[in-house]
Amino acid sequence: MKYKSQAVAKLYFIAALVLFAAQVIFGLIMAYQYVVGDFLFPEIPFNVARMVHTNTLIVWLLFGFMGAAYYLVPEESERELYSPLLAKVLFWVFLVAAGLTVAGYLLVPYAQLAELTMNELWPTMGREFLEQPTITKLGIVVVALGFLFNIGMTILTGRKTVVNVVMLTGLLGLAVFFLFSLYNPANLVLDKYWWWWTVHLWVEGTWELILGSILAFVLIKTTGVDREVIEKWLYVIIAMALITGILGTGHHYYWIGTPEYWQLVGSVFSAMEPIPFFMMTVFAFNMVNQRRKDHPNKAAVLWALGCAVMAFLGAGVWGFLHTLAPVNYYTHGTQITAAHGHMAFYGAYAMIVLAMISYSMPFMTHGKPANSNKAQIIEMWGFWLMTVSIVFITLFLTGAGILQVWLQRMGTNPESFMAAQDSISIFYWLRFATGWVFLAGLLVYFYSFFAGGEPKEENA
Amino acid sequence: MSDKFTKSMARNIFIGGSLFFFLLFLGLTFDTMSSLPKRDHRENITPQVASGKMLWEENNCIGCHTLLGEGAYFAPELGNVYKRFGENKEVIKAFIKSRPVTGIPGRRSMPQFNLTDQQLDDLAEFLKWTSEIDTNNWPPNIQG
Repeated sequence: MKYKSQAVAKLYFIAALVLFAAQVIFGLIMAYQYVVGDFLFPEIPFNVARMVHTNTLIVWLLFGFMGAAYYLVPEESERELYSPLLAKVLFWVFLVAAGLTVAGYLLVPYAQLAELTMNELWPTMGREFLEQPTITKLGIVVVALGFLFNIGMTILTGRKTVVNVVMLTGLLGLAVFFLFSLYNPANLVLDKYWWWWTVHLWVEGTWELILGSILAFVLIKTTGVDREVIEKWLYVIIAMALITGILGTGHHYYWIGTPEYWQLVGSVFSAMEPIPFFMMTVFAFNMVNQRRKDHPNKAAVLWALGCAVMAFLGAGVWGFLHTLAPVNYYTHGTQITAAHGHMAFYGAYAMIVLAMISYSMPFMTHGKPANSNKAQIIEMWGFWLMTVSIVFITLFLTGAGILQVWLQRMGTNPESFMAAQDSISIFYWLRFATGWVFLAGLLVYFYSFFAGGEPKEENA
Repeated sequence: MSDKFTKSMARNIFIGGSLFFFLLFLGLTFDTMSSLPKRDHRENITPQVASGKMLWEENNCIGCHTLLGEGAYFAPELGNVYKRFGENKEVIKAFIKSRPVTGIPGRRSMPQFNLTDQQLDDLAEFLKWTSEIDTNNWPPNIQG
């Protein structure tokens, strides 16, 4: 850590990890409700648990991205953060807003929360992932603006590198496309059309820029490979991400009332969406193979390589699996989507945040580049337990999805939704069991922060 | 990567490529917007349908169901529920109305939302309108 103000990232990372734990616990609740339908009913019905599960995911990733930006931008810009105070104030504003929103989900019926927050004045609630009350959404906009101002001023008055400029571009895009969440017309087709401008252009657009820049930063730091080489890769990867990903939005416009030509546009471009993820994998392994130094933080390198591989599998391969229109006609809105969602979010976004945390936390806690051997080994156990569990969760959901499609949508005597769900419950049981292994992995990972031992010095 | 392929070439591909495809996306969006009225039958969006959509949102129906395949996968698809229930709004209303407050032992159950008759009517109107959207023949069959 070269600048004092980078340490503000620690707050953000701690909040991110706490919310990550909440996300996993609510995931387990839902996984159990899939097989024992009345679990916690009517106190925490499935829709509430799911809101908490997906919203805490989004918020912890945002905390993670902000923390990553607060750590990375001063170091890249070679100056202190423009305003560490603003970063701290916005942290508490964001945390309190997120806490109140989740408390609202859990403590009152959703319809009452809508009434309390006067949703009828500016109705934006009740749409997947964008369930937050309008006032929370406006709060997110304010926090994002303050954050962008802080980061932007640091970069503009400091050294501009490809890494920090790409990150700023991604963050700007994140803020701009979030604005579409505030538009909710009475026409469902229009609502859905523009809803994807937030959801798709986040996860298959601007977030990939953030992912790429964090990965590039961690690789520059841990491999010592020439910045010029890494920055060239970064440009090529994000170029491919946007060239394929923007029109790739079309894969959401097959069956929601939009014209038929989206089936062609969406299929062609989203079929190419795995390319940038494949390049990311090649890039990460190449850089580590060509490393000029042996960085003592092996765990961080493992997270970075793991992220590249799992992002390719989850976002690339599992995305491709159901992205072609003739296939998607049968798989749309089944457990196949859930399977893809789990591995893609974990692989691309959870893992990049965890890679950044792994790289930066040692500097922020004891000022040395790496934790003790013991702590790193425990952290790697956490890595493997969580990663292998998510692979199996994805495989079980894929099994469930294929059978669901077969039973419910193909064949001569298609079963009703609930009949098909009963037929495939074995996969839900297996997923539930694997969820516990994921939780165990998370706890092992948390324990690594308290494992102690002698921090490692920079290798000679 | 080859040395002849420079960083500034990579940057230009990024800027030019993203800009080009974003403009193309805007163009297609413009075309979609002009062809949608024929497909979504917006002339049928009465105040009742709009109020039904708001009820759909304010009770977080998307937290369990899919609607045109988007949402959660815990409960049945509702984009075509009007057709599945025999094009009968009363069946939809009766179903929502009759959900047991404490659920069904061991099974998934829809919560009891205590909607008024007017609200039930609005919701059913919204689901009816939704079932008439031209979705390129999705879902594949009546089961959704």
